[in-house]
Amino acid sequence: MSKIITVDAIGDTCPIPVIKTKKALEAMTGAGSVQIHVDNEIAVQNLSKMAKQKQISCSSEKIEEKHFVVTMKVEESSITENGKAADEETSCIPDSRNNSIVVISSAVMGEGNDELGKVLMKGFIYGLSQLEQLPKTILFYNGGATLTTTGSDSLEDLKSMEAQGVEILTCGTCLNYYGLSDKLEVGDVTNMYVIVEKMSEAAKIIKP
Amino acid sequence: MKENIVFCKGGGCTAKLGAGVLHKVLEKIPKKADPNLLIGYDSSDDAAVYKVQEDLAIVQTLDFFPPMVDDPYTFGQIAAANALSDIYAMGGNVISALNIVCFPESYDMNILGEILLGGAKKVQEAGGVLAGGHSINDVDVKYGLSVTGTIHPDKIYPNNGGKPGDKLILTKPLGVGIINCAKRVNQASEAAVEKAIQSMTTLNKYAADIMKKYRVHACTDVTGFSFLGHLSEMVDEDKSAHILSSRIPYISEARAYAEEFLLTAAAQRNRNFFGDGVKFEIEDFAMEEILFDPQTSGGLLIAVDASDADALWKELCQLEVKGDIVGEFVDKLPKKIVVSE
Repeated sequence: MSKIITVDAIGDTCPIPVIKTKKALEAMTGAGSVQIHVDNEIAVQNLSKMAKQKQISCSSEKIEEKHFVVTMKVEESSITENGKAADEETSCIPDSRNNSIVVISSAVMGEGNDELGKVLMKGFIYGLSQLEQLPKTILFYNGGATLTTTGSDSLEDLKSMEAQGVEILTCGTCLNYYGLSDKLEVGDVTNMYVIVEKMSEAAKIIKP
Repeated sequence: MKENIVFCKGGGCTAKLGAGVLHKVLEKIPKKADPNLLIGYDSSDDAAVYKVQEDLAIVQTLDFFPPMVDDPYTFGQIAAANALSDIYAMGGNVISALNIVCFPESYDMNILGEILLGGAKKVQEAGGVLAGGHSINDVDVKYGLSVTGTIHPDKIYPNNGGKPGDKLILTKPLGVGIINCAKRVNQASEAAVEKAIQSMTTLNKYAADIMKKYRVHACTDVTGFSFLGHLSEMVDEDKSAHILSSRIPYISEARAYAEEFLLTAAAQRNRNFFGDGVKFEIEDFAMEEILFDPQTSGGLLIAVDASDADALWKELCQLEVKGDIVGEFVDKLPKKIVVSE
């Protein structure tokens, strides 16, 4: 079965569509294709340039105004051949890289003074964004939900990580409870089933 | 400090409108003929030059853009250095400048203060006087200057005054657009960002002061339309340019980031608009990207008489930010520009 990965880069400015696509290509383990949705022709051209350099076959199609789909076909052989220089490094890194999860269950870091805790949490998320190897997923629940929504001090750091392929998920029940359902600024909404699954599958869980 | 985080959205000269769209609009604007307007916008020049008396013309230019660095003071310096540069590219002297400011009222006004301070510092360094300005409450930060300079009408360096045989000298390294782009997605090293900032905040005044001692035929500054874009504007019907890629100065990290495909939209727009006029005799993707990379406050690109080139070059080497002799004008070829090894 050949696998298809879809990359949604609508609304993203360069170089983010290319970065998201690179992540998707790196995640490819066998033959398959990556379909990237973008909203402008320049992004299509930049993606095509990358495909050409990586010797990946690439085609594009205009679906409608401001909606283009670029398809890159990855063959088994091209992964092993092209992967040599650039991708070998990343494939040597143990699974923990791809499978470490950060769980943020509060707006503050540590117990004691909340004002200090807030500053610490902001610093923690900034620190995460500067890691050489980013976590696969960051889960936000309970008080943590205030960090992915309007007014959070960490939105830029979270958006930058999201742009680099980090999955950012906030608990929907928690958003509801705090009346933040329409204020989510980064990432997607999730539910307890997914939270349990992600945490049980993780190789490493980081909790500030 | 909170505002600083949302401050940088990827600005500088990458925020310029594409040369393609701009060209279409400008074509339709009626032009009034005035013999005293020595240089207007039909020659794609850096600044307008208007003769006020036989031995005196004024040079006018205006440039502003959104931030490309996080630090407001640094941004102010870069925006001012960039705006002042057009005067130097024409061969003029800066006399006065006015601030252009767009700033959200809800932000901390100390940030605006820092920006203006950075700008004022550069105007002062240029030997000009800051004479006022205009500010608008806007959703995003933008800053720049409107600058007035003086020049002798016989000593203007037009974009297209070069001759076959002239050597081409670039006075700053390329790659700042790629580095700013990498920084925007947190993939630039501190060292790379520092080198880019040093280059962007350096006034072209020093290179211009030196070049005035030599037989310079044409000059422009390399900004948003990239090295190849601005070079295209120096080439006309009777000459082409031959560029040696091995001589192109660039900030070393820019190559690594280009190889990681940290590509801007503006570079691709430059490629779309100017690419047809360029023949690459090299197989070097990253170098192509560097040559199409939009520069913020880039260096001067000087066409100098071949016999003066080495002497001018030697003197320019004493400056802190260094460029190189990157090629020459040659007799007309099928393409405007040829890039070889």
